[in-house]
Formats: sequence, structure tokens, C-alpha cells
Amino acid sequence: MRALEVLETGPLALVQDLGRPGYAHLGVPPSGALDVPALKLANRLVGNDEAAAGVESLLGGLRLRAKTSCTIAVTGPPVAVSVDGRAVGSHAPVWLAPGQVAAIGAPVTGLRCYLAVSGGIAVEPELGSRSRDVLSEIGPAPLRVGDELPLGPPSGVPSGADVVLPAVASSELVVPVEPGPRAHWFAGPAAGLAQTWTVTAESNRVGLRLDGTALVREDGYAERELPSEGLLTGAIQVPPNGLPVVFLADHPTTGGYPVVAVVRRASLPALAQARPGTLLRFHSSTRVWNR
Amino acid sequence: MRWRAYGEHAALLDCDSLTRTIAAHATIAAARPDGVAELVPGARSLLVVEAPGSGALAAVRELLSGADLDHPPEGESREITLDVTYDGEDLELVAQDAGVSTEDVVRLHTAAVYTVAFTGFAPGFGYLTGLPEPLRQPRLSTPRTRVPPGSVGIAGEFTGVYPRVSPGGWRLIGHTRAVLFDPCADPPALLAPGDRVRFRSTG
Repeated sequence: MRALEVLETGPLALVQDLGRPGYAHLGVPPSGALDVPALKLANRLVGNDEAAAGVESLLGGLRLRAKTSCTIAVTGPPVAVSVDGRAVGSHAPVWLAPGQVAAIGAPVTGLRCYLAVSGGIAVEPELGSRSRDVLSEIGPAPLRVGDELPLGPPSGVPSGADVVLPAVASSELVVPVEPGPRAHWFAGPAAGLAQTWTVTAESNRVGLRLDGTALVREDGYAERELPSEGLLTGAIQVPPNGLPVVFLADHPTTGGYPVVAVVRRASLPALAQARPGTLLRFHSSTRVWNR
Repeated sequence: MRWRAYGEHAALLDCDSLTRTIAAHATIAAARPDGVAELVPGARSLLVVEAPGSGALAAVRELLSGADLDHPPEGESREITLDVTYDGEDLELVAQDAGVSTEDVVRLHTAAVYTVAFTGFAPGFGYLTGLPEPLRQPRLSTPRTRVPPGSVGIAGEFTGVYPRVSPGGWRLIGHTRAVLFDPCADPPALLAPGDRVRFRSTG
């Protein structure tokens, strides 16, 4: 059987593909790689379909031994990659002979690196996806030392290595947003969101938790309770303490706190790489918010 | 009813009542317009997410503007019966607060026909509406840290079944052996929005 053996996992290594959208009405989060373009690129580099499952490595420290020959590629922020101790670089296909060990160092910027392997990781899918959902605990368990990750049959040839310039994750982000359904619950929501927010260490795949000057409810909404309503990836929910949570792929499907705004989809990959301490400002080009 | 913006590819329909929410959901579910990526009912709202560029949001708005929500389509709704052993830890408390006997609690809970209004909290956890008035009771002031799977509970206007072990503050009146959620099954959840549910006492 084609397989990779897990020698070290780093802080957290999860199997991820493009997730399982379409089940929110049953209470199932979409899940999937947080930095979607990075996973797709890694898959293209090893000749896979873009939707194949790879490994999402939080802060590196991942070491894998090839049980059979295969091609791997590591994407996301720039990161040291080595094979049997010899540096090979990220964002390029690397061929592994049987028995060779690939190691991913810790990225200097950003949070999440993606390792794709020719044939993709072929663990049993659940609800059409091999993604690990940390909220619902659906999908394959986090990688552990000694795991053998089965690989599918290789389907294409590696391509595109010489044109890839890895993007350094920024420590300051301006994040474009659109108004959310409960913007009118807040006093000056656009101005409030435009202040500087700091990503806190409580953030995870469920959401980014932010610290800053609390958003204030509009008169008449101070004590208002919100009946549970649907949530989306990118929704900025504001709990009673006024400090926003930006929901990421493993978010609950419904929630009882107001959503003030929604991050534009194109900015979600940058949020996937936002370390604790990253400074965020939300920007909206919309002049008139919900009334 | 009122539509509210929800980012680039979604809109939220604010509904006046749970009945309206269920009616709007049933209407869209029956018509199944192309390009609806997610259709997520809430307690007083309906979230519609479209595939980018599909125009599904406009189609849904048009559909609902002309629909008779006082007489929603019923063709799609399934009926599910759950066998319950009424031995919940809070059965006495519920009976006391309702001013009836525990047998009456069972009678009341099994006599009603419920509708799955929406889901959340955990995969396969349905919020079932249709609870008789005496059983509409507050949550426990101190939630349990561990509620066993299959526990049947009540809270406010809802009743429901915990699909798996979790913390929870609903008052527990019994348990069922039914599998509420199995990610390897098709469909994965026993209960989906719009389904009708009855409870049957197994003693």
C-alpha cells in the first residue's frame, strides 16, 4: 500500500481537503482547509486534483517517512523543507524515494502550511470529505506519531514549480467586509470595526477571537436577545462582551449572537495565516449599512 | 418578513414567527431553485447562501414574494417516530413545574406532533417545535457537563434529542436508542428541518 508514516506531528497536523459544504441545515460545519489557495496550489504542484486531501500543519514540526516513492509539495507561508536533512525548499514538487524522510520546519510568518502528496491522502471520507472538523470532531483524528496515511493512486504529473513565489503572511491586515444582518444592532458599526483589533491566542479553526475596543450596541438593542440564526464562514459575530469573533471553516452552523459584518471571501486565506498578535482592521466600502 | 444583507453571497430572511420560518423553508425546499448552496433555518430566520454568480438569491426572493406562506407545501415532509423510555433525571422536576403527574408529562410529550424547526449546537441536534404549553420550561440554572447520547430534553418552546455526549442545560425527561447522527450514513442526520416527529413511550 502506498503510504506516508507520521514520525512527528508538530503542534497540530490535520487532514484537510475542500470540506463538506451543503450540510449546514443538519448542523454540520463546512470545515476544509482554511487557506484554500495554498492547498490547491500544493495539489497542483504534485499533479493532483485541486480537491485532493493533504495535511494542514499548524506551525510546522511535521516529519513524514515515505513508505513508497511519491512526490510531495509544501505551500502556505515560506517554510524550510528538508529530505533526509537536506534542504529542498517549499512551493516546489519534491520526489521522495521509499524510506526517505521529509520534514517541515516552523514558518517564520503565518500559521498553516499545506503538504500535498501525489495521489492524495486516501483516508475514509465522512460526508464526502476527508477534512477534520475540530468543532464537531467529524473526519479523521489529528495525526499522531506512528499513523500511516494511505495514499491514492497518482493521477497526474507535477507542474508549475518555477513560477511560484510564496507570499509572506503579514502582521498587519486590512480586511474588506460587507455588512451583516445585525449591523443595525450596533452604534457606528463601520467605525467600530475600522479600529485596530488584535488576534488573540484563543483563536483556532472555529474562529479568530479579537481583542480591542468593544463594539457597543445601539440604544434599544442593549438587552436584546437574538433567536438562533444561521452562520457563515467569515461572519463577524459579537458576543455580549463586544469583542468580535470571526468565524472560520469549523464554525457552528447556528448561533445566538448578532453578526455585524461578513469578511469578503477573498480575504479568508489571509485570516487563516493570522497569528496571535496580528493587527486587523476591517474596511467596508458600503456607505449605508443595514437599517 | 424582511431580507437582510449577509455578505457577498448570502441573505437572511427575518421572519415574524417560527411558523413563518418553517413555511418559508418548506416553500424553498419544495421549489429547489438552482444555485442554492445552503439553506439554514433559524428560530426566526432563514439563511440562504447562493453559489457565486448563480442568481439564486434573486430567484428565492421572487419565489417567496409570491408564495402563500399561510399554506406552505407539505409534500416533502417526512414523519419519524422515536421510541423513548421516559426515565429522565428531570422528569419529576418537569412534572412539578407543570403542576401535573409524571404520567401526564409522558402523555403530553407523546401526544404532540413536532416539527424540526432548525438544527445547531451539534451535528444532528434538531430543535423541535410543537411542545405543549405546560412543558415549556426554562433550562437548568446549572447545565450538566455531561449529557448522555440519546437524552430527550425540553427547553423553552423546544424539545430535542442529544445526538452524542455533550454538555447541556436542557431538562431531561427520557432517552432513546435511536441514532440521531452518523457521519457515515446517508442521510447522516435522522432529523432534518421540516420533518415531523412523534415520540412513543416504551414504558
